[in-house]
Amino acid sequence: MAFRDDWMRARAVAWKDLTAERRSKAGFNSVAALGITILVLFGFALGPDTEAIRAAAPGALWLAALFAGVLAFNRSYQLELEGGALEPLLLYPGSRRSLFAGKLLANFVFVLLLMAIVIVASLVLFHVEVPGTWPALLGVALLGAIGLVTLGTFYAAMASRSRAREVLLPLLLFPMLVPVLLAAMEATKALLAGDVMREAGAWASLLVAYDAIFLSATFLAFDAVIEA
Amino acid sequence: MTTAAVPNILEPPRPGRWAWFGVFTFAFLVAAQAISIAISPPDRDMGDLQKILYIHVPAAWNMGICYLLVAVYSFRYLWKRDERHDLIAASAAEVGTVLNGLTLALGMIWGRPTWGVWWTWDARLTSTLIMFLVFAGYLALRAFVEEPERRARWSAAAGIFGAINYPVVYMSVRWWRTLHQVQSSPGTLDPNYTLSLRLNAFAILFLCIYFIRRRYEAALTERVAEQTLQAAALGGSARG
Amino acid sequence: MIPDSAALAIDARMLSRRFGARWVLRGASFTLGAGEAAGLVGPNGSGKSTLLRVLCTLLRPTTGSATIFGADVTREPDLVRDAAGFFSPVPGVYEDLTARENVRFAATMLRRPDADADGALERVGLAHVAGDRVRGFSSGMLRRLSLARLLVHRPRLLLLDEPYNNFDAQGIGLVNDVIRDTLAVGGAALVVVHDVASAMPVAGRWFALLDGRVEPSDAASVGYTSPPASPAVVAGVR
Repeated sequence: MAFRDDWMRARAVAWKDLTAERRSKAGFNSVAALGITILVLFGFALGPDTEAIRAAAPGALWLAALFAGVLAFNRSYQLELEGGALEPLLLYPGSRRSLFAGKLLANFVFVLLLMAIVIVASLVLFHVEVPGTWPALLGVALLGAIGLVTLGTFYAAMASRSRAREVLLPLLLFPMLVPVLLAAMEATKALLAGDVMREAGAWASLLVAYDAIFLSATFLAFDAVIEA
Repeated sequence: MTTAAVPNILEPPRPGRWAWFGVFTFAFLVAAQAISIAISPPDRDMGDLQKILYIHVPAAWNMGICYLLVAVYSFRYLWKRDERHDLIAASAAEVGTVLNGLTLALGMIWGRPTWGVWWTWDARLTSTLIMFLVFAGYLALRAFVEEPERRARWSAAAGIFGAINYPVVYMSVRWWRTLHQVQSSPGTLDPNYTLSLRLNAFAILFLCIYFIRRRYEAALTERVAEQTLQAAALGGSARG
Repeated sequence: MIPDSAALAIDARMLSRRFGARWVLRGASFTLGAGEAAGLVGPNGSGKSTLLRVLCTLLRPTTGSATIFGADVTREPDLVRDAAGFFSPVPGVYEDLTARENVRFAATMLRRPDADADGALERVGLAHVAGDRVRGFSSGMLRRLSLARLLVHRPRLLLLDEPYNNFDAQGIGLVNDVIRDTLAVGGAALVVVHDVASAMPVAGRWFALLDGRVEPSDAASVGYTSPPASPAVVAGVR
C-alpha cells in the first residue's frame, strides 16, 4: 500500500501549500495582477496597431504566464524555509518524491489559475477571438503548464535555498524552458489562426515528449536536491 | 581511535605525465592550424575568412563533448558521491562554456562579412546561445552555493538536465525556423576541407582534455588547501 | 514495524561526521536501552545537535553506523523515521495554518491520519487556540505546538535537542511527562541540555560529547566550563 500512502502524503502536501497560499494575504492576487500588468506592457511595446498586437498575442500570453509564474515557484518553498519547517518535512517517513509530487500539484493548480486569467486578459487586450479550436488550445495550455511547473518546482528547490534566489531561478529556468515556450507559443499561434491542424499537433508532441522527459528526470533527481 | 578507511578526503593531484601531454597538445594544434592554412586555398566565396571555421567548427563539436562529459561525471557523482567526479564535471563545464563562447564569437565574426549581419536566428547559432546561457546558469549555481557537498549534488542535477536538453532545444529551434520558412544560412563546407577540419577537431579535443585536466587539478588543489586550512584552524587533523 | 522490542533503542558504533574537513563526530559509540532516558551535555559547537541529526536521519554519517531499535539509519531510514522523533529548537510550523491543521498535517504525513490531534493539543495546553492561525503565537506556544506534533507521532525514541528552552516551569514539566510516558511503554529518550537541572528528574544516565566522542558521564561532573564558540566553529556547522 506504499503507493496509496505516497499519494495520501502528496495530496496532504498539495493541500497544505494551496491552503497556506490561499490564506496568505493576496499572494495569488498579486501574481495575477502582475501577469496582467506584463500583458499591458507588451501591448505598449508592440501596439497599438491591431494587427501587430493580435499577431503578438500568443507570445505575450506565454511570457506573461512565465514571468508571473516564476514568482510562484520560489514561494512554494518559502513556507518551509520561513518557519523552519523543512526539517520536520524531511523527517516524515516515506518517499521524498511524494513531497515533490505534492508541490508539483500545488504549483500546477496555481499556474493553471494564473493562465486562465492571463488568457482571458489577452483575449481582451489583444483583440483575439475565441477560435473553434479552443479545446485544443486548452490542451496546449495544460501541456505547457506542466512543462513550466515541472522544471520550475525542481529548480526552485535549489534556488530558494541559495543566495541571490531572485536572479538564480530565472537564470537557470528560462533557457531550459526554451523548447516549452517555443512549442506552446507556436501551437497557440497556429490554433488561434484556426490551424493547419498538423502544425499544432507536431508542437504538441514536442510538448508531450519534453514533459515526459523532465517529469521522469525531476522525480529521479529530487531526492538528491532536497536533502538538508 | 581511528576513522579508518575514510572515503572522500581529497588528495592533491599528481601532474606527472600531463605536462608532456600539454606540450604535445600545443604542438599538435600549431601543426594542425599550419597544415590547414597551407593546404587549403582561399574559398571562392568566403576568401580567407574561411580559415576561421577551422577553429569555429571544432570548437562547436568539442563543446558538445564537454557537455557530454559534464553529464557523465555528474551522473557518476550522484551514483558514488565521489567529490572528484564533481570537480571533473565542473571543470568540463568551464571549458565547455569557454568553447561555447568562442563558437558564438567566431560564428558572429564569420557571419558579419558573409551575411551582412552580426546575428541571425539560425538554428545552430541560436541553440548554441541557449546552451551558453544554460551552462552560464550552471556556473552561477556553483558560485552561489558554498557548501561543497550540496554544491556538488545540485550542480550534478543542473548539469544532467542541461545536457539532456541540448538536443531538445536544437530540435525545437530548428522546427521554429523551418516553420517560418526562413532562408537557412549557407553553412555547408566543401569536402576538400574535411581533412583540415578533422585535424583541427582532434587538436581542439586534445586541448580540451588538457585544459579540463589543468582546471581539475586547480580545483582539487583548492579544495585540499581549504580542507587543510580548516583543519589547522580548528586544531583537529583532517584525518581525525 | 520493528519486531525486536528487546533491541537497543540506540546502538551507535563509531559514528563520524564531517563538514568539509572538520570532523564534528569522531567515532562516537554508545548504547541506550529501552526504558532508559539519558542526558547529553557538551561544550557549544561540540556536535550534540549533529549527533541527534545523524541518529534521526537528517544527516548521513560519513562513516560508522547506528541502529534505532534495530533499524539501520543509513539503510532503513524510513523505519528509523517512524521510530524516532526529533524535537528541534526550531518549531518548524506553518504560520498560515491553524494549530489543529498543523498537527493534522503532521499526523497524515506520519501515516497516522486517525491520530487524535485535538487530544494532543489539549495535552500541551493549546486547546483554546486550536482553531487559530499560528502566526502570532508566542515562542512558548510554538514549542508546545511542536510538542503536540511529537505526541501524535508517539515515537519509541525521543531525540530532544534542548527541549527546555523557551519553556516556563509548566512547559518543562510537560516535556518531562512526555519523556516519562515514552519510557513507560518501553521507549527511550536522549536529551541534549545545557540546563542540566531540568533534565535531572528524568535522566537516568548522562553522557558528555567531547572531542567528537561520547563518554559516559555522571550528574556530578557535568559542571564543565563551556568555552565560547569560535566563529570558525559556528560557521562550520551547517
